[in-house]
Amino acid sequence: MSAPSTGRRARRARRPGAAWLGWLFAAPAIVMYATFVLRPLLLTVQYSLYDWNGIGASTWVGLDNYRRLLTDSELFASILHAFELIVFFSGVPVLLGLFVAATIRTIAQSRLAVVARTVLFLPQVIPLVAAGIMWSWLLSSTGLANELLSAVGLGDLTRAWLGDFGTALPAVGVIGAWVLVGLCTLLLLAGMSKIDPALFEAARLDGAGPIREFFSITLPSLRQEIGVCVTVTVIAALASFDIVYIATQGGPGNSTMVPGLEIYYLAFSEREIGMASALAVALVVLVLACVLPVQRLTRDGSR
Amino acid sequence: MIVRSRESLVGRALLVLLMAITVLPFVSLFVTALHPAGTYPSGLSWPEDPQWGNFADAFGAANMGGLLLSSALIVLGVVPVSLLFGTMAGFAFGHLRMPGHRAGFLIFVLGLTLPFEGIITPLYYQIRDMGLLNTRWAIILPLIGLFMPFSVLWMRAHFVTMPDDLSEAARVDGAGTWPLFWRIHVPLAMPALSSLAILLFLWTWNQFLLAIVLVDDPAKRTMAGALGAFQGQWGTDIPLLCAGALLILVPTLTVFLIFQRRFVAALLQGSIKG
Repeated sequence: MSAPSTGRRARRARRPGAAWLGWLFAAPAIVMYATFVLRPLLLTVQYSLYDWNGIGASTWVGLDNYRRLLTDSELFASILHAFELIVFFSGVPVLLGLFVAATIRTIAQSRLAVVARTVLFLPQVIPLVAAGIMWSWLLSSTGLANELLSAVGLGDLTRAWLGDFGTALPAVGVIGAWVLVGLCTLLLLAGMSKIDPALFEAARLDGAGPIREFFSITLPSLRQEIGVCVTVTVIAALASFDIVYIATQGGPGNSTMVPGLEIYYLAFSEREIGMASALAVALVVLVLACVLPVQRLTRDGSR
Repeated sequence: MIVRSRESLVGRALLVLLMAITVLPFVSLFVTALHPAGTYPSGLSWPEDPQWGNFADAFGAANMGGLLLSSALIVLGVVPVSLLFGTMAGFAFGHLRMPGHRAGFLIFVLGLTLPFEGIITPLYYQIRDMGLLNTRWAIILPLIGLFMPFSVLWMRAHFVTMPDDLSEAARVDGAGTWPLFWRIHVPLAMPALSSLAILLFLWTWNQFLLAIVLVDDPAKRTMAGALGAFQGQWGTDIPLLCAGALLILVPTLTVFLIFQRRFVAALLQGSIKG
């Protein structure tokens, strides 16, 4: 391996200007990325250290905004809500996806499964805004959810799910779960199709049932796919905005306020740019803190 | 074998159930859209007199023709440029591998998990200072930057699999780096490029946050952004709102159904790599 690669390097080195040429190719991407992502990101950090209403002069306040983030119960609650949404956005789709994918593994090549691939992908294709509108209607006091409950004799439970303090956040979570469960199922199914079928045959010959088979073969082989599902869904939960904005606007009260929406309100209605930026920095850090360990855990084994 | 067939029966039932749950909201939306405007229809009841005219009303009320054009313009501004810049950088990091390419690539990877909310506040002031607020450029330019990490990662993943011999042969024939890139590597990258194009189209079309923050006029927004404004305006007229929401779904659903194989493959690969 090392001989050809040193040979290649030698040939490369002989080509004058190869280095700046490479960077020239990368330059347009770097310029766009630096201008519209890295610069605003650095500015977010800078703004977070000031008190500024977006128009007048700004005052240096050091870490005060971050201190307020931890002590102001309303702001801190938005972060807790985001973590609660992880249960619905990640927990439900990944567990349900695992269960469904393992159950339909044997019929993965059938006509039904091919149709299912298309159908289960529909929620991924439509705007989240549309999903929000659909579900606000389904979960409204005269919506389908309540009608089904009444039909099976649980009429006492009916309520405006998104307007009730106790159920609004889980109801938002259900919308997210609906959007993500198809993606997770198909990702996990694709991963299962890569497992050597001989392993399953061998397990069956040894007398293993479906449950044993799942825990000894399927689950360990899907490490990377599970990692991907968890990563994608955790980001979707922590950075949720579209669905909440459409379905509840953070209400009733602040019971469904999430960091993304709080940043939007703070920056563009309440004109507290510094506070909005501090929350934004916290959100970016939180996402990284949740995603990096997952990546580390799930990638090691497969390499 | 009895065990197998019972399992596959359970599997089929489960699959049908999951599909039903996925489709039910769409059905409910459709049925509701056919009720007389201004009513509060209950659940899944089929209207006695289906109001197909609701779709025409919603088309007019939402200025759907203008919206389609606006979204198409935004997609045309974002996707080709992102593809070109992403491919060039992917080629540099994956194939040319100039000194420092690892560090350069790592900086892009770091941007992969960035939530858009993380930069939206300074972005607003930056776009304002550039004088682009309330123009389509306010959505196009930031989106190109925000899609760069994924585009570069995606194209680099393609170029690292290309054999070096290919380029060496072309160089012996006297090709410079640009012809080598444009005439040999880009045509070979078409499958990766078309999947990336599909993903970028979808993400641009469905972009909401940038649209509502940076563009006040719904007629200059993306489809998703305009739907938000439509809800604000017609939120109390449930059948009309449902008809509008359905109309806004039509373009992406059509594109999805036409390219569904490539779509599903692209989305699955996309999440694996992302």
